[in-house]
Amino acid sequence: MCLAIPIRVEELLGDDMARVMLGGVSKVISIALLEDVRIGDYVLLHAGFALTRLDQDEAARTLALMHEAAVPGLAVAEGDRA
Amino acid sequence: MTAPRLRTRRLDLRDGRVDLSHGAGGRATAQLIDEIFRPAFDNPMLDRGNDQAEFSVPAGRMVMSTDAYVISPLFFPGGDIGSLAVHGTINDLAMAGAQPLHLAASYIIEEGFPLGDLQRIAASMGRAAREAGIAIVTGDTKVVERGKGDGVFITTTGIGLVPRGLDLSGDRARPGDRIILSGSIGDHGVAIMSLRSNLGFDTEIRSDSAALHGLVADMVRAGGPALRLMRDPTRGGLAATLNEIAQQSRVGIMIEEDAIPVREDVAAACELLGLDPLTVANEGKLVAVVASEGADQVLTAMRAHPNGVQAALIGRVIADEQCFVQMKTSFGGGRIVDWLAGEQLPRIC
Amino acid sequence: MKHIDEYRDGALARAMAAVIAREAVAARSYRFMEFCGGHTHAISRYGIEDLLPANVQMIHGPGCPVCVLPIGRIDDAIHLAMRPEVTLCTYADLMRVPASAGHSLLKAKAAGADIRMVYSTLDAIRIAEAEPGREVVFFAIGFETTTPPTALAIRLARRKRLTNFSVFCNHVLTPSAIRAILDTPDVRVDGFVGPAHVSTVIGTDPYAAIAAAYRKPVVVAGFEPLDVVQAILMLIRQINEGRHEVQNQYIRAVTAGGNRIAQSEMAEIFERRPWFEWRGLGELALSALRLREAYADLDAERRFDVETVPAADNPACECGAILRGVKKPAECKLFGTVCSPEMPMGSCMVSPEGACAAHWTYGRFRDAAKAGAESARV
Repeated sequence: MCLAIPIRVEELLGDDMARVMLGGVSKVISIALLEDVRIGDYVLLHAGFALTRLDQDEAARTLALMHEAAVPGLAVAEGDRA
Repeated sequence: MTAPRLRTRRLDLRDGRVDLSHGAGGRATAQLIDEIFRPAFDNPMLDRGNDQAEFSVPAGRMVMSTDAYVISPLFFPGGDIGSLAVHGTINDLAMAGAQPLHLAASYIIEEGFPLGDLQRIAASMGRAAREAGIAIVTGDTKVVERGKGDGVFITTTGIGLVPRGLDLSGDRARPGDRIILSGSIGDHGVAIMSLRSNLGFDTEIRSDSAALHGLVADMVRAGGPALRLMRDPTRGGLAATLNEIAQQSRVGIMIEEDAIPVREDVAAACELLGLDPLTVANEGKLVAVVASEGADQVLTAMRAHPNGVQAALIGRVIADEQCFVQMKTSFGGGRIVDWLAGEQLPRIC
Repeated sequence: MKHIDEYRDGALARAMAAVIAREAVAARSYRFMEFCGGHTHAISRYGIEDLLPANVQMIHGPGCPVCVLPIGRIDDAIHLAMRPEVTLCTYADLMRVPASAGHSLLKAKAAGADIRMVYSTLDAIRIAEAEPGREVVFFAIGFETTTPPTALAIRLARRKRLTNFSVFCNHVLTPSAIRAILDTPDVRVDGFVGPAHVSTVIGTDPYAAIAAAYRKPVVVAGFEPLDVVQAILMLIRQINEGRHEVQNQYIRAVTAGGNRIAQSEMAEIFERRPWFEWRGLGELALSALRLREAYADLDAERRFDVETVPAADNPACECGAILRGVKKPAECKLFGTVCSPEMPMGSCMVSPEGACAAHWTYGRFRDAAKAGAESARV
């Protein structure tokens, strides 16, 4: 379940609502489940609500790990041990 | 002393509404035709005022096509139900390689429909027809009670002339043939969905509604006998059209996802709604199946035409008893492209 | 599209697939279940199985809330919608799910029921505010991703003092379903690809007890195809090294503790039902949610005295075995004969991310290829 997509916060609208945009398409959604949302943040959007903020540093780390994994002979490509 | 001439007030296009008398066939109907349809469609055949249009038929093979338009909302970025009704029927004729000749249009209007909107729609149809070099030469108007019609429904019927020697048909695809798409997919369907209030997204995406007979004429000239068939991917999108062709011709199809043009904003909207762009409606695009020896010329001719600048070679026809439409995904794996099951609904899952 | 396209890179996928092929021990077979229907959909849509060696297989799990919703509950929703005073608001995913006697919400709508598709629970609240004369019922389904939006809607209804709004609650819990699968005697799953967005809400902590108790690795994976491929690589490494830990591949969106605000909202509004029927899995204890007593006035089941009558699936339907990963879609007699997305017989076909629907829509060309290869060998 749960189609959720990463989308950028463009404007804070008060009353726990925000305008977000993906590829030129914008939408007004609820950010009531998050604290301290800022313009420029990326959030995961599901059924009209932002579920979590995307950590851009961790995103960069994930991509780096994937690229490392793809190079033969290089060691571990792991996410966090939870 | 002459009898006094009856003075009638002109239609109030600003605040007036269609009422049941406008469909009754009497004076009110005549006034609707005189003040809205005739000026908008502006052609001698219609102006003669008969119930039928009379014209000579050129020698050769004729094609005829009809379609009903029930789109809601009636007005959308890039067009309206009127221009759509003209483009759509012209395109059905054009897919046979035909030069469109004449159009007929019939209206079912709901009681209470604003006259101003009717005038806008009629003007849009007249414009679309003129731009395509043809005219709406005959028509009909009916009015139904409030609640029994969604604003207005339009049916257009068209006839066209097929050039000698041309025989395009959905069963003519053969293994080895190439598949060409005239431009980006998903624009129209997404533009319409963006206006559904319960989906609530804002975008600049416009419908791609357009008449394609000019593009087709160039393709016919360039391809000659190498051109096997053409079809426009309307409801059900590219997926439906390719499956129709595969079934009709009893062949398989293999396409490449990377080759299919999709606008970034259309892709984004499809992500938001959980839709596959391959299943979203188009109103200004066509798919052509061309024998491999003619594919390059046809593609070049398409790219030189304003309606084909983004034309792309997207795949080929293969032998396949199962008649699957297969796609190599941009990710590298394979999948089939199936018909859309049922009505297109956005999903959250 | 940022944060999306990077994770769909085909070249990178092929390179990672080569690593998987090298590291998957030839003599072993690896069977991983992707729990979440969204992952099932992604695997099928991108053809990820084509990139895996033959000894690494993906089993499609029951994480599709539309698929596991029992027929009886759809019947209840249809009955509610047929009441003249009720406006039933629903996610579009549910419209075509077949209920008893060939009914569905789509058919009920055609018969005159006031059923409205909404994208968000907030839309249902707006309808209730705009139409005070209507009894607005929101048909709530979903795992933990979709539950917080329902909780917030209930909060909002309370704050706005709406007297014409209620929720028909069918929210279900992920850890319960995972345990139920692992408790099945005939199941053979070596590890799990954990759900992406459920985990943003509940965190990775809840999987620790499961991994320890059943000694199976769980790797929580993001939604994009490269995320899934990386997670599979991580699972293979755990199996090879004899580990059974919880790992987080989706570090950009998932934390160990999850979304605390969402969790406290859910705890405030909902409590666990002692039992709940899951289509294909039977009755599971403490696996689903209902509104707490304090919110009884917003509970459609209490407001309208809903009494669910259980309805059975077609006896030839293999959804139960398929949802537990014991059988494949092509092994069900009904698949492709009487059962298809247009005419779904069972839960696995009703939703685009059900195992059978995904296989039908994206993957059934492989059955033909296999059959061809087999007959060629004869």
